[in-house]
Amino acid sequence: MDLAYNEEYEAFRAEVQQFLKENKSKAPKGRAGWGNPDEESKAWQQLLIKHGYAARTIPKEYGGYGAEPDILKNHIIAEEFANAKVRPGHSGDARLVPVVLELGTEEQKHALVGPTIRGEMTWCQGYSEPGSGSDLASLSTKAVLEGDEWVINGQKIWTSGAQYADMCFCLVRTEPDAPKHKGISYLIFTMDTPGIEVRPLVTMTGEAIFNETFFTDVRVPKEQIIGKRGEGWFVANATLKHERGSLGDPNQLEARFRALVSILKNEKIDGKPLIEMPLYRDQLVRLQARMLSMKYNGMRILTASNNNKEPGLPRWIVKLVGCELNHQMAALAIDAMGELGVLYDESPYLRDYGMWQRNYMLDLGLIIGGGTAQIQKNMIGERALGLPKEPKLKAS
Amino acid sequence: MEFALSEEQRMLQDSITGYLESKCTLDEVRQAAEDNVTKPSDVWQGISELGILGIVIPEELGGVGLGFLDAALVAEALGRAVAPVPFIGSSIMAPVALLNAGDERQKETWLPKIASGDTVFGVGVSEQIGRRETDGIVSSAGKLTGKAMFVVDGLDADMLIIADDNGALHIVDANANGVTRQKLKTIDKTRALAEIIFEDAEAELLPRSEKSNEALLKTIDAGRIMLAADSMGASDVMIEKAVAYAKERKQFNRVIGSFQAVKHMCAEMASELEPCRSLLWYAAHSMNHIPEESRVLACHAKAHLSEVGRFVARTSTEVHGGMGFTDLLGLHYWFKRIGLDRQLLGAPELIREEAAVAQGW
Ligand SMILES: Cc1cc2nc3c(=O)[nH]c(=O)nc-3n(C[C@H](O)[C@H](O)[C@H](O)COP(=O)(O)OP(=O)(O)OC[C@H]3O[C@@H](n4cnc5c(N)ncnc54)[C@H](O)[C@@H]3O)c2cc1C
Repeated sequence: MDLAYNEEYEAFRAEVQQFLKENKSKAPKGRAGWGNPDEESKAWQQLLIKHGYAARTIPKEYGGYGAEPDILKNHIIAEEFANAKVRPGHSGDARLVPVVLELGTEEQKHALVGPTIRGEMTWCQGYSEPGSGSDLASLSTKAVLEGDEWVINGQKIWTSGAQYADMCFCLVRTEPDAPKHKGISYLIFTMDTPGIEVRPLVTMTGEAIFNETFFTDVRVPKEQIIGKRGEGWFVANATLKHERGSLGDPNQLEARFRALVSILKNEKIDGKPLIEMPLYRDQLVRLQARMLSMKYNGMRILTASNNNKEPGLPRWIVKLVGCELNHQMAALAIDAMGELGVLYDESPYLRDYGMWQRNYMLDLGLIIGGGTAQIQKNMIGERALGLPKEPKLKAS
Repeated sequence: MEFALSEEQRMLQDSITGYLESKCTLDEVRQAAEDNVTKPSDVWQGISELGILGIVIPEELGGVGLGFLDAALVAEALGRAVAPVPFIGSSIMAPVALLNAGDERQKETWLPKIASGDTVFGVGVSEQIGRRETDGIVSSAGKLTGKAMFVVDGLDADMLIIADDNGALHIVDANANGVTRQKLKTIDKTRALAEIIFEDAEAELLPRSEKSNEALLKTIDAGRIMLAADSMGASDVMIEKAVAYAKERKQFNRVIGSFQAVKHMCAEMASELEPCRSLLWYAAHSMNHIPEESRVLACHAKAHLSEVGRFVARTSTEVHGGMGFTDLLGLHYWFKRIGLDRQLLGAPELIREEAAVAQGW
């Protein structure tokens, strides 16, 4: 156990701090929104890539900074940006870029990675279908090879950002006679391909975050496939692994906890701050213990990864526990606000721009999306604890 | 940056766990419980030979001079084995009190004896956390009068460290005139808690505890971290047993672990407990290395493991069906160990209030 960073890392931290001091003013304010990045965001991202604070380990030839992988340095960057309250950079699309780098052809890497990490090419994920959610491998949108083109027909749903995205990475059934996991391919195409229709779906927060996406005779060049024909399920699992890591992120938990403390200090009933009332204090301290335990759990994962060890159980639980904890923090904030807690949109008296109600709903979306809580528990039970799978029903 | 146990720490863990698995089996625990023994001589002998009784005592005073994280690993191993031996009071809280408040002579007299296992200390500080069933303990002219409840390791103790009403700490001979002990029968037959009445009993002040309650608080913090560690070990075992049972017990022609209701109970237990391990490591580490955070962290470790421990204890029992409810299976030893850890040195509600105060809330 040694929580100190050595000289090399402290020097690196100082560098990041210096950079932030000098460049903070160029960073876009607030969080990145739902749509495509604006010019200011793209310029900021370019600057971060140039200094190695975004797309850090992506090879130079594909447009990244080209540093050796070093998990601790990534962690220091994230920490310092969070402390300075400066918008961090990104590595393009965390679901897609690692997959292209791992499984794409040389041509694909050159064509896709650079523009994606610069924010010039944005993506949506075409996986879920009306009939295939948790049981994703049962998906039925199909693609048939006709000459040099795939012809896609079917429907996707819950496609986040499809209304803005330039590109889609999509799972389609190409081998109808193969067993379900072996009949899927991973295709990529531009969203302006004729035959794609996107209908935004308004979510419970009132925003159109995701969409229904319809495909009618959509023609995609044959080589726009990642991995081999019929191997799409395994390609997709490589992406899910990356996506899962980011949901329930402990840095975000800590930031939310701090905001919760502020709410409890600032909100008063008859002049008395809620944080002085035993029932609220008790719940706050309970949540703090959970938040801290997830923070240290994150440090444990970090150490294991840094030593090239598989973190095991500590990693398996992050999505389930982290998303739930976020949700509980939002719930306490809403309760602490009492009747004011229901205010929304641009109502007078609104606290924190209405973020608590919004997060309370969005968190539920994250508890459901990217593998539901129940599916997480199945995976923890089966893969981490070694419990047997449920017996399969005979196909009817 | 390395947030993990060291090679030495894993070896320490393995050697103690290995020893206890072979020499402190459930049969031994059951026998001791039936005989009303909380310090069976063979197990006591064995763990004193392992050197763990002096784990936090400096080497020049006969101990091994390790940190609280190492000590927590020992407490965890003892919790795993539901081992009926004095440890938290005698080998952790008493040394912390002596090291932080004692003078040189007191330290030189008692610490080597604790480390060697020649002297067992009981520690009575519960009145400083919340006074019940007692009017407290008054110290006057080198004598104590009053009643201490739930003295940790108190029944097997040769010597005592007792906090008076002002929070000052005193050494008292457990067999001196004016000291009467009574066993408090608890749910947990592996622990020795006592009620001790003092009537003008001869007491020796630990001088550095007279004007500051720093030493008292450190003693309580250390005790709480060890109780949390004990619950960690006991909860780990309860999950392992539930998972093993779920893989083997069949109903409706299938193992019960393939039923989602059972699988999810197991997954929930694991998901709740696993982050506690990191919280515990951090809290124990902070006692030596980040003292400015250790008060709050000790509170969190104790309170949070109390909550998670309770959840694991009832859920694991449920996974075992009727068998879980029997004496025969013995699962209840872990259930009760966790139950006692929760109440001792402050139940979670009280401790969370302390954590809030310590943060200026
Ligand atoms: C905010 C948000 C954004 C999303 N973005 C995208 C996106 O960009 N691209 C995309 O492709 N998809 C996206 N999704 C879809 C998401 O991945 C699915 O919603 C999710 O996988 C669940 O599928 P489903 O909605 O069909 O629910 P279902 O699978 O129908 O589940 C309904 C209920 O049944 C339970 N259930 C199902 N199977 C089991 C089982 N085996 N054991 C126990 N319980 C089970 C579930 O846990 C759930 O409670 C998004 C979803 C949300 C909420």
